[in-house]
Amino acid sequence: MTIEFEAPKPIQKQQFVLETVATEMMRSKSRYFDEHEHEIPYDYIEFMHTAMRATGAGALAPRKEKKKEGEDKPKHPPIGYQMLAHMLEVLSWGDVGMYLCTPGGGLGAAAVEAAGTPEQKEKFLSRFMGEKPTFAAMCMTEPQAGSDTSAIRTTAVLDKETNEWVINGEKIFVTAGDKAMTLREQFGKGFIVVWATIDPSAGRAGMRAFVVEAGTPGVRVEKLEHKMGIRCSDTATIVLQDVRVPFDHILGSPTVEKTTKGFKGAMATFDATRPLVAATGIGVARAALEFVKEKLAEAGIEIRYGLPRNKLTSIERDVIDMEVMLRSAWLMTIKAVWMADNKMPNALSASMSKLKAGDVVTKITQKAVEMMGPLGYSREFLLEKWFRDAKITDIYEGTGQINRLVVARNILGYRGSQLR
Amino acid sequence: MYSFEPSEEQKMLIDAVRRYAENDVRPAAREAEETGELPMSLVNKGWELGLLQASIPEEYGGFGERSAVTGVLAAEEMAWGDLAITLAVMTPGLFAVPILLAGTEEQKKEYLPPVIEAEWRPYTAALIEYAFDFDPFELKTTATAQGDSYVLNGEKAYVPFAKDAEAMLVYANLEGKTQGFIVPKGTKGVQVAEEREKLMSLNALPLYRVTLENVRVPKANRLGGEAGHAFEPILAAQYVALSSMAVGVSKAAFEYSRDYAKEREVFGVKVAQKQAIAFMLAEMATDIEAIRLLTWEAAWKIDTGKEDAFKEAYLAMTGAMDMAMMVTDRAVQILGGHGYIREHPVEMWMRNGRGFATFTGLAIV
Repeated sequence: MTIEFEAPKPIQKQQFVLETVATEMMRSKSRYFDEHEHEIPYDYIEFMHTAMRATGAGALAPRKEKKKEGEDKPKHPPIGYQMLAHMLEVLSWGDVGMYLCTPGGGLGAAAVEAAGTPEQKEKFLSRFMGEKPTFAAMCMTEPQAGSDTSAIRTTAVLDKETNEWVINGEKIFVTAGDKAMTLREQFGKGFIVVWATIDPSAGRAGMRAFVVEAGTPGVRVEKLEHKMGIRCSDTATIVLQDVRVPFDHILGSPTVEKTTKGFKGAMATFDATRPLVAATGIGVARAALEFVKEKLAEAGIEIRYGLPRNKLTSIERDVIDMEVMLRSAWLMTIKAVWMADNKMPNALSASMSKLKAGDVVTKITQKAVEMMGPLGYSREFLLEKWFRDAKITDIYEGTGQINRLVVARNILGYRGSQLR
Repeated sequence: MYSFEPSEEQKMLIDAVRRYAENDVRPAAREAEETGELPMSLVNKGWELGLLQASIPEEYGGFGERSAVTGVLAAEEMAWGDLAITLAVMTPGLFAVPILLAGTEEQKKEYLPPVIEAEWRPYTAALIEYAFDFDPFELKTTATAQGDSYVLNGEKAYVPFAKDAEAMLVYANLEGKTQGFIVPKGTKGVQVAEEREKLMSLNALPLYRVTLENVRVPKANRLGGEAGHAFEPILAAQYVALSSMAVGVSKAAFEYSRDYAKEREVFGVKVAQKQAIAFMLAEMATDIEAIRLLTWEAAWKIDTGKEDAFKEAYLAMTGAMDMAMMVTDRAVQILGGHGYIREHPVEMWMRNGRGFATFTGLAIV
């Protein structure tokens, strides 16, 4: 081992293709889908599905590398999460709302990947390589429980006669919930992963995740949110009323031991996905920064790197600060996914990267709009949209404050009870 | 490939530097700062770690190859112990590294071996000038060609060990370009101030004002010879050195305030159990890591000869000066009144912290 910052070859190769997709298929439609909320970008979805089927890339949880016979280890060190981080960054640079419409299972599949048995993975994940683009979604948040996921009230009760789980509750803020659960001829049958308690008295120890297939009686998509940004991505409210799913749809262990293993399963998902969310925000911020630099260059303004700070113009200082923020946040993201690929415990790095990205992408896009004046605020350009799109980075997949809490507990060696 | 793990060799070196920083440097830091006396036995011990020696090839008397990555890893660890002592240990590099980077074959053969002889010797460099708008690319000290010589005129500030220096690399403005000139001990026209510079910190580091009045050096003493040299690679190596030291100092301040916050009681709990404090610490740790990685990447770009190495080193330095100020200020804040008292080291680190906006020219890897 040695310290190195060269992107692995396969990543470099995919970069060019992704940039073309981001420019041709995403950027060019960015404004349209921003102004036509809840319209579905079928062209992009179809294209990505075909491409991902051909290359086998794209799910939020990378496929394990197959071992050749007689080999103990795969030839190359695993780079699945690193590839994903790069891919998400570029696609979000194209359009993050549209990226969130990428078929392949999203956070729902990631949860199955993180907490499911091999049989469950086979049963639920193989559909994403089927003929039609297919979606899955993660249902965690409830009207009264956001970051405090232990306050979840959705229940799952085992009906011993039929050996089915009966789920009741209401889930909100479900990204791609509509595309996962509303049956459409263009899409394959999707599912949601619903977090519910099997023992409300057990607190976090009672929390489990259940796979609920599209078309299951009792599930309905109640409403789609109207949002500040990422408008191309649907954010659904899903109501579950006496929804029955087979016994083996519970992810992981069905017994209520007095442990928080189930809850930790959810948190393990976050260790993998937080840096990926960071990567999406960084893509948006990069788009904004490039726009600023392009406009400055058109006006003949050069950024004089190397000049002492007190000799820089205010604009130069802003651009330089933005570059420092963006690059360092990106490196933190890469480190977090590199750790995930190498099976190193990365809870701290993952939360740090998300915390940092949430901070810097909001700052960068906000500063960019300020710097560009009337151009920045105008809907003629995409900068104002990126300002709106970037903000969600500091909110979903754990707000900046929750990530501060995670980081603080980690560096202080505190349990949840010691630092609330 | 991406990799964030130092090599085995680097790990061994880091361990050695860490032990030195922890067992030798840190315990001596406060007294050195208060008395202004540099413990030379300690400097020699640091010198024996062989950081500079290991970056100079055998043919010039060393036993290795320069690596900016290894340099920043070591500098961070040592600065965690104390900044002034670290700068003192590494001062000969200010003279040797630019010669290694930009010197002619003759210059390397002549000047490098004596620098890395067994004992630490005061070799130094003079870059900083005493002006609020000091700009390393637009020096006020001038060099003009006269016959077989260059003639240097101007005033330099913050020159480490100038008084006893065996030789000094003086940077001057030659037709609009910053160029280095090797000025040996005893050269006529070099006046070192009697009094040491008095700064907000670094009391243990002997720094001097140096006046150059018609200082004549042979043309062969121009760094890089007749053709001269590019200045950006030298500056880049200075940026990453300082930026890694800013990370080391900040890490020291973060750790100290974190440990204090875990001990100190307030309203029936530890002060670290309050989110107001815990969140400050979380942000400090995060920003330290951010700048550490940026510094590593810049150093890696220097080592691999990437085109934008200078730019990234500049970004790392710029980020580092903000980060160090933020982190060290908060460390004092977390200790409250105690942070302001010189019994604790955090106030010293906070004074160090502001310095990174000014120290370009005092360190190189």
